[in-house]
Amino acid sequence: MTKATNSTSKAGADTSSGSLRFYGVWLIGIVALIVLPMIFSSGGSLTSFSLIGIAIVFALSYNILLGQTGLLSFGHAVHYGLGGFAACHMMNAVVSHGWPIPLPFIPLFGGLGGLVFAVIIGWVMTKRAGTVFAMISLGIGELVASSSLILRSVFGGESGITTDRTALPKMFGWSFGPQLQVYYLIAFWLVLSAIAMYALTRTPLGRICNAVRDNPERVQFIGYDPHVVRYLAFCFAGFFAGVAGGLAAINFEIANSAYLGAIQSGFVLFSTFIGGTAYFFGPILGAILVTYLQLGLANLTSAWQLYFGIIFIGIVMFSPGGIAGLVMMHRPLVRAGTLWTVIPSYLVAVVPTLALACGVILSIETVARYSGGEPIDLFGIGFKPTSPVTWVAAVVLVIGGAFVARLSWRRIAEAWDRAATVARDRGYLA
Amino acid sequence: MSEAVTGMTAAIEVRAVEKRFGNVGIIRDLNLTVVKGERHAIIGPNGAGKSTTFNLISGHIKPTSGEVKLNGDVISGLRPFEINRRGLSRSFQVTNVFARMTVWENVRCAVLWATGQRYAFWKNVDSLPEVRERTAQILDDIHLTHRRDVPAGLLTYAEQRELEIGITIASGATVVMLDEPTAGMSHAETDRAVALIRRLTEGKTLVIVEHDMSVVFGLADRISVLVYGHIIASGTPEEIRRDPKVKEAYLGEEAH
Ligand SMILES: Nc1ncnc2c1ncn2[C@@H]1O[C@H](COP(=O)(O)OP(=O)(O)O)[C@@H](O)[C@H]1O
Ligand SMILES: [Mg+2]
Repeated sequence: MTKATNSTSKAGADTSSGSLRFYGVWLIGIVALIVLPMIFSSGGSLTSFSLIGIAIVFALSYNILLGQTGLLSFGHAVHYGLGGFAACHMMNAVVSHGWPIPLPFIPLFGGLGGLVFAVIIGWVMTKRAGTVFAMISLGIGELVASSSLILRSVFGGESGITTDRTALPKMFGWSFGPQLQVYYLIAFWLVLSAIAMYALTRTPLGRICNAVRDNPERVQFIGYDPHVVRYLAFCFAGFFAGVAGGLAAINFEIANSAYLGAIQSGFVLFSTFIGGTAYFFGPILGAILVTYLQLGLANLTSAWQLYFGIIFIGIVMFSPGGIAGLVMMHRPLVRAGTLWTVIPSYLVAVVPTLALACGVILSIETVARYSGGEPIDLFGIGFKPTSPVTWVAAVVLVIGGAFVARLSWRRIAEAWDRAATVARDRGYLA
Repeated sequence: MSEAVTGMTAAIEVRAVEKRFGNVGIIRDLNLTVVKGERHAIIGPNGAGKSTTFNLISGHIKPTSGEVKLNGDVISGLRPFEINRRGLSRSFQVTNVFARMTVWENVRCAVLWATGQRYAFWKNVDSLPEVRERTAQILDDIHLTHRRDVPAGLLTYAEQRELEIGITIASGATVVMLDEPTAGMSHAETDRAVALIRRLTEGKTLVIVEHDMSVVFGLADRISVLVYGHIIASGTPEEIRRDPKVKEAYLGEEAH
């Protein structure tokens, strides 16, 4: 009995300090969005931040399906793309009719574009979950992407639909010509969408979505129709994907068939999964990391997609909870005060793991560049892809690194078990 | 069979229901009347079709022929959630909870429809006083308040069985069906669970499948015996104990 009372009062204290921390995190995020371009003001970083902002909205919308409702979609870019086309057509209509709609309202029409399609196609698509849904989403994705090349009047064929964002009515005297102004527009919609999508998780519908994810059969016996739940989730996901597509249309001043395609659908799946679907902030981390890597790696190596594949497989195999799952795993240890007992084993593992990674990179680059013969620059050390020295180094790093790294990982597991046992004894882990 | 039972007082009426899986008739000419407010136990050997009967009544599967009524209305052919909204709630023999959600969330989800939240996406689920109070009450009833923040998948087996009961009764349904709620529990746990069931279904109609005969005869107002998909006897515990067909077909093997 005393135990129960204790834990209740502790839960009460957690809630009030927890809500402080909760608003603190959101506030920090908003402040960061405002000051980021002041710290990194180059054109390149502004472009990157804008793309990352769009990717975050897109990934969060995808997680309404994947993480919250348990729907694996291979065609989420359809809503993103249609949102982009809707935004472009709207912008052109605003300009040609002289409507008094300034640019910051345009993403709303992108959202409506994504939503309308979801409303129309969703009821049939969400009848079943699981493999059936995944396959239909793949089919619809291909269908829409290929239609976009045929229906020229709407999608503009190969070249797409272009637009001029500066031609719309000004707002606060902003023309939205400079990238900085576009960045702030994206940041504004990012905050708005993130708050809305977070709020959605805390509504009755949001919670029933989780229930449908966990056990659609049982949901039927507590009064809910899982089909309706999936459909509503699908519509919300479609709307916010459309918002992201609208933002992209504003950013690039174009919408084309690439927006709708399988690569874009794969990209959002990838970002969301790598970030982690079980926590709201997971897709945010994933979108930041994947966009950043995409921008950075593409300049460094022609084999960048291969690295994506390796990262993805690594996450699927070793950390199905994604980055967010890895981070949140440590929470009970922090609370129980046992985190410091595992840190040393992490530090020990850094060197062999890095050696293994270098070996893998060296091997991939050697194969990729062998015929071309361009030199490899690995953290400042030069290697020739045609030289046996490079091959030996790669093999030694891979085999030696893997051997030692495995030992060090085993030590992490042991240290982790001990720390978790203590945390469990102290009641911080179930 | 108590022929005095009229349609007016029946919570559940099963009339001439057949269920075939492929060519196999699992339920044959099933007739069952559960009177409003009574505790009705269904007993019978493994594989007799008790869970299938639950599935037929709750809409999980549809009868091949025949009819099921709830409070006088035909419900056979309706979807499970439609039947649930009419006030019938059931549990599962194999624990069937929302594994990744916490105990609190599990029970709260089961409270939502009954409190009229439907598919609301404009309300904060944490600031609905009626939902919160009912959830807290149920957690208290099933003695899981101290485990409220634990994911259901991490509960012990007995705790999961209690949560299963909690989810079933959370909607406030007037007809509650429990499929082997005490299966796999120790004696002490069974006693606790039975006391819980007795208390929580006070004033409601209860249909329970149970293997422990001391529980059945202690709890039930009436008992139906199901053998090979057919009710061979239905009556008070005393009538069932004396029934020669029951003795022969079922109790004979397990009589204590
Ligand atoms: N979906 C199904 N398909 C085929 N056979 C089934 C199905 N469900 C139940 N059965 C069969 O029906 C019979 C009765 O099962 P069940 O109702 O679970 O029995 P009980 O609950 O009385 O132990 C069993 O022989 C079982 O194999
Ligand atoms: Mg059974």
